[in-house]
Amino acid sequence: MLDVEAIRKDFPILSRTVYGRALVYLDSAATSQKPRQVIEALVRFYETYNANIHRAIHRLGEEATSAYEAARAKATAFINAPSPDCIVFTRNTTEAINLVAYTWGRACIGAGDEILLTEMEHHSNLIPWQRLAAEKGATLRYISLTDQHTLALDGLENLMNGRTKLAAITHVSNALGTINPIERLALEAHRNGTIFLADGAQGVPHMPVDVQAMGCDFLAFSSHKMLGPTGVGVLYARRDLLEEMEPFLGGGEMIRRVTLEGATWNDVPWKFEAGTPNIADVIAFGTALDYLTALGMENVRAHEVEITDYCLRRLRELESLIIYGPPDTKDRAGVVSFNYPDLHPHDLSTVLDRHGVAIRAGHHCTQPLMRCLGVSGTARASFYIYNTPQEVDALIEALKAARAFFSNDTH
Amino acid sequence: MTPTREEEYARQEAELNDLYREVILDHYRSPRHRGALPSATISREGLTPLCGDEITVELQIQGDTISDVAFHGRGCSISQSSASMMTDAIAGKSLAEARALIRNFTAMMQGSDKVDPASMGDLEALTGVRKFPVRVKCATLAWHTLEEALQALEEGKFQP
Repeated sequence: MLDVEAIRKDFPILSRTVYGRALVYLDSAATSQKPRQVIEALVRFYETYNANIHRAIHRLGEEATSAYEAARAKATAFINAPSPDCIVFTRNTTEAINLVAYTWGRACIGAGDEILLTEMEHHSNLIPWQRLAAEKGATLRYISLTDQHTLALDGLENLMNGRTKLAAITHVSNALGTINPIERLALEAHRNGTIFLADGAQGVPHMPVDVQAMGCDFLAFSSHKMLGPTGVGVLYARRDLLEEMEPFLGGGEMIRRVTLEGATWNDVPWKFEAGTPNIADVIAFGTALDYLTALGMENVRAHEVEITDYCLRRLRELESLIIYGPPDTKDRAGVVSFNYPDLHPHDLSTVLDRHGVAIRAGHHCTQPLMRCLGVSGTARASFYIYNTPQEVDALIEALKAARAFFSNDTH
Repeated sequence: MTPTREEEYARQEAELNDLYREVILDHYRSPRHRGALPSATISREGLTPLCGDEITVELQIQGDTISDVAFHGRGCSISQSSASMMTDAIAGKSLAEARALIRNFTAMMQGSDKVDPASMGDLEALTGVRKFPVRVKCATLAWHTLEEALQALEEGKFQP
């Protein structure tokens, strides 16, 4: 189990107040807070060894290059990738998925081909495929949802055929918290000869992920949702796929030889890292991975199960509150979406905010999913390693206050 | 002097009460002119991409006058009540009057001292939104949509 009190001391922001109250930060699915260790890694880089990487023949450049590549090795180990060559640093999950769409997708998906998605995808794992399908004349198919907001997998084989070139599916739904059975999905995809991409933005930060055991051909995730800085994403890809793929962006770093007539490409993964990358943030992301590794991802998951369980139990005490997502915490991550029937989530969120409770309200970049649920948006609380049962209690009290506020006609 | 905790709580409560004034909640619960106009001269849909609020404004124009108006859509209490109040305010008004109202309302929401909120009728209730910067776009959604509808009307680029 995690020592949450000790962990909280590592996060300077958690000691601030909001509108005169202790901050209750329940929006880690949007972005996590950062421990002092990560912030210090950024400062240390800029104060002591700031230099460009892979080009300078001087001490600072060597130190920066080695720290940057050490972060790649840490990311490799974190998801049990077979080799650091399979890890490409991007700006975020969105860019990682777009990289696949623009390179592998443009080369391998043609007119009449099919791409299998789900109704719960974040726009970042939807728009790139919609654009690609429109450009190529391909067709998008969608796995729908059950009443319990899990994927409806009965008849999955009917959604795939010889033309299904790609299945792109989120590991964990950012709006519902649903954990999807990636291993099974990847297996079925491969049985059909279909390449499998998992959107790991909400999965990798919160539970042990073994990319080889899961059978992902591509996996995308972001640093900023797992204690690291913004501006860093990871694309894991099978080495042989990366070798075949054309570069994404052209420029410095990604080349081997350049003449006035043309160029040849650098080895993977650098072939996909054109220009000066986000050196400092990648290095600090490595520190975030160290922090999570020291805690143990099994322990991170166990803590989130416990707090999500408690939150669901407390939320169910509230009359008329609608809770979305699977009822059993074994099927869900630390994300809980809910609504009061006559109360718009933005109105709810505004009142909660003035009680010091930060949640997310809106469509969570999943507009098609919201349409499936028949709502314009939801209120969403999401948890991480630093959240406590007392913070869940604060959420419940704030929800009661909000309910009272809006039902009182004479306030 | 730093406010005491109790003073700070009271201030937050007061700002919330000022945001969600009774007239706003009344328009939210019992919207005026909600629905569709079967013979609308022009209809325009407005969206706030960040929060997903949607509003459609429909106008029936006779000569130079907004002879009838309706709105429908979904969103928070601020966006829906603002739309409801707007339809009340522009029904029966001339196009020029409606344009002037859009200008004044936008200026009021931006905190301009050129507009006396007291001269704005029910709409004055929305001044409380100014203390909640992320919510101002909720209040102005219907008005931007109306502005677009009037613009399209002027340019003759519209379909009923």
